[in-house]
Amino acid sequence: MKAIKHTGFVLFLVALTIFTGSLFTGSFQLSKSELDAFLKEKNYKSTVIRGALEDAVITDKKLTIFKFSARVRKAYEKSNSYYDALITKYNAAKNWDKKGEQYQYKIYGKPHTLSYTLAKKAGRGFVKENASLIWFLTFGFGMIGALLFMLPNLILLGKPGIKNNHIYHNSATNRGFVAWLVLIYLVAFYLLLYFKPDYVVNWTYILDPISNFLNGGDASQWFVYGFLYCTIMVTMGVRMYIKYRHNKYQIIRTTSVLFFQIVFAFLIPEIMTSLNMPGYDFKNAFPLDYDFFFEWNLDTLTSSGKIGLFILIWGIVLTLIIVPVMVYFFGKRWYCSWVCGCGGLAETLGDPYRQHSNKSVNAWKLERWLIHSVLVFSLVMTVVTLYCYFSGTTSFIGINSQWIKDTYSFLIGAWFAGVIGTGFYPIFGNRVWCRFGCPLAAYLGLVQRFKSRFRITTNGGQCISCGNCSTYCEQGIDVRAYAQKGENIVRSSCVGCGICSAVCPRGVLKLENGPEEGRINPTEILLGNDVDLMNFVNKK
Amino acid sequence: MEHIVIIGNGISGVTTARHIRKNSNKKITIISGETKYFFSRTALMYIYMGHMKFEHTKPYENWFWEKNNITLKKGVINSVNTANKLLAFTNGETVSYDKLIIATGSKPNKFGWPGQDLEGVMGMYHKQDLEKLEKYAPNNKTCKRAVIVGGGLIGIELAEMLRSRNIPVTFLVREDSFWNGVLPAQESAMINKHIKEHHIDLRLSNNLKAIKADENGHVKSVIIEETGEEIFCDVVGLTAGVTPNIDFLKNSDIETKKGVLVNRFLETNIKDIYAIGDCAEQQKAIGQRRNIEAVWYTGRMMGETLAQTICGNKTAYNPGNWFNSAKFLDIEYQTYGWVFSEKNKKENELYFQWKHPKEYKCITISFDKDTHQFLGINTFGIRMRHEIFDKWLTEKRAIEHVLEYLADANFDPEFYKLYEPQIVAKFNKENNKKIQPKKKSWKRIFSKT
Repeated sequence: MKAIKHTGFVLFLVALTIFTGSLFTGSFQLSKSELDAFLKEKNYKSTVIRGALEDAVITDKKLTIFKFSARVRKAYEKSNSYYDALITKYNAAKNWDKKGEQYQYKIYGKPHTLSYTLAKKAGRGFVKENASLIWFLTFGFGMIGALLFMLPNLILLGKPGIKNNHIYHNSATNRGFVAWLVLIYLVAFYLLLYFKPDYVVNWTYILDPISNFLNGGDASQWFVYGFLYCTIMVTMGVRMYIKYRHNKYQIIRTTSVLFFQIVFAFLIPEIMTSLNMPGYDFKNAFPLDYDFFFEWNLDTLTSSGKIGLFILIWGIVLTLIIVPVMVYFFGKRWYCSWVCGCGGLAETLGDPYRQHSNKSVNAWKLERWLIHSVLVFSLVMTVVTLYCYFSGTTSFIGINSQWIKDTYSFLIGAWFAGVIGTGFYPIFGNRVWCRFGCPLAAYLGLVQRFKSRFRITTNGGQCISCGNCSTYCEQGIDVRAYAQKGENIVRSSCVGCGICSAVCPRGVLKLENGPEEGRINPTEILLGNDVDLMNFVNKK
Repeated sequence: MEHIVIIGNGISGVTTARHIRKNSNKKITIISGETKYFFSRTALMYIYMGHMKFEHTKPYENWFWEKNNITLKKGVINSVNTANKLLAFTNGETVSYDKLIIATGSKPNKFGWPGQDLEGVMGMYHKQDLEKLEKYAPNNKTCKRAVIVGGGLIGIELAEMLRSRNIPVTFLVREDSFWNGVLPAQESAMINKHIKEHHIDLRLSNNLKAIKADENGHVKSVIIEETGEEIFCDVVGLTAGVTPNIDFLKNSDIETKKGVLVNRFLETNIKDIYAIGDCAEQQKAIGQRRNIEAVWYTGRMMGETLAQTICGNKTAYNPGNWFNSAKFLDIEYQTYGWVFSEKNKKENELYFQWKHPKEYKCITISFDKDTHQFLGINTFGIRMRHEIFDKWLTEKRAIEHVLEYLADANFDPEFYKLYEPQIVAKFNKENNKKIQPKKKSWKRIFSKT
């Protein structure tokens, strides 16, 4: 059994090494005709860009993606600085007409994104030409390796039940060396994905065949992310099935998040794209789906016929009606730990790190400030965007629409949700984004706290204050603080993962949807003590 | 300002301090020789097993005590001078009090076995025991075998701890089946089986005769009383129950027997001195409870009660219906009311028992054979709702009522398979009844009367 585990681990590392190493392979150059086709498609007005790009990408040299990227970015910069120089010149000469003319020649867009588009066409080499083989060596080996590593736990962990032995003795799960390595890898992954997509263009080749099969087009970096996301969730979902096989709530919940990720977040949008519809994730509710009301999305939807209109209405109904009504009946768990993609990754890949959430009162204070600020931020951004969309202006109440969208996308969308939210799993726990940042979670939380049937019931006086519940709460709730007082837990941040109930050695906690009355039950004296305190209270 | 001094920072002492603070601004000092900050003793096992770190066992953050103006003092009390209301520490320091609360808990029993104080012999009670275990049994290289003496709740926990590090364990149990002085035979037998599945060498009806030392004064082996067998080992865990930790009162005029004797107001024979928790011994039994109850929640309840008295609302300790819980390796156990083992049950007590054909789930309900009054339930592998059983016990419901509404009492996580139909069917068959199990009703669960 141990040997199988070790083999699996080695296989996984091999897959990871090939996957990472593939980034450094291949050569990138374009032929004259390919570049012509690209320029024709782009229809740049700049007269300089053609020459600059020709110098940069039509070459006999075998360029790596990094050199290729540098050359392309330089070419675009050359074109833009040429016109910038003209602007400065005409500005000095106070020739306003000429100055104004120059702006149309400038090429906008993020340098690495421009470079990505070209790189996607320019790549040659083993990875691209043997995509299926590489797929098997990376995704295939990775999954098989991970499964070989995890499946023996069925026997090694012994009888079904809570098996948290050595979590705090293991470097990977106790913020040790391994955890930091994982953190560095994840953070690097997200930084490349969001900010240097051209560097990971080799990964897109691996998935081109699958992407073509699903939506008829080549894979983008987002397709890679989506596919990887599903693969990781499925593999780590198997781990959940093994670990919590005695607990039916966990089994069903895991199945649910896997279903919604694979079908709703991945397959349906891909199939919609292949049918020339706007690809849409029907479960992704605003304001988590923060660009739902952005101009480009509204334009896409309104120009996509009936399906576009349906999506528009669905998106609004989802946020305004379905979400709060479901939270009223079931708590925010129906979304956060049963449906949501971010939650899905947290509950599968993130499960080994759930104990790292900070339980201090200070962290709770920070949480309330941060998450509600992000909610306000997202709402202000949306109001500004919508106002500008309908009024045709560029700013509202002194806020520039493009600026606030860019700022939100960069700070919240990329850094908070991605780099910190997932990258920091091994150190800060698996729900950093969900607890401190997600505006939808903030909204759901407000409903859960003030108008819901959901609570975690504390079972009378049975709590022995051991602290397993608090330790394993991924949302940093000090569950014990309530349980040892005999109080039910009603907290806006609770995502209803059910692990507190699972790890409790005394059967004290149960997630329930019941009558609102008596849901919050502060107690002076716990059950079991027949002191009639009300007499005392009334006397006072 | 009145100065309340509490010796012991376990659940009893800390609960008292918290409730005194809620109701007054008296000066409060908690003294402990074990740790500065309150931690949950019940969680020590999880530290060794790697489920938690020590900091997780502390129910309150460190700033809590200063914020609530509760002084924590680390030190061991040597003697109590009741005439001058003065406490002396082992290091010569003294502290005076206006009211003294003794909440020093328990210590592991030692029955005068030869070798019981050797290196490598330990209980599993204090934080220091955990440190010792980490020293003598960090892995199965340093500790090639451990012998545990005493088949109770701490014994099985210690066995689970050692097995988490793959240390071979021999478990000496005096009784002919695990904990069968408390558990009915059906349940005790199930636990026996489960213990063996965890690769623990369970020796029933085996007593310790002596512990032998090697040349360095470290444990080498134990000798079994019945067979004379010598079992080589590196660690011996003494878990044959606990006894009040009150040696420091020996020369005081506070009246003690096994524990500190108290009346229902938790007062000792000396004015302004109280005792609570594991170290307190009731002068007269309360209901069917023992005079000394070394249970987490009774300590807490005594603390809640005494705080009222100290704050001027003189209140008698009045524990309600008995309940308790434990976990035997993977099997959760809860009990409400009184279920005595076959050895101890009275003549009017009958069992109704149900056991899952394959899984480790079973219940025993004890009821009066004449009136059919429900007396108590043991449940294994099925969680039950405390409030509901407390209500049924107080209302003196019949077993038929309990079975009919059993679904109201189920506390298992959602989607778990429910066994009420099978349980009730078995009862109907055995007793020729026609009880129809009712569906769970929130209305009934929340009704207070």
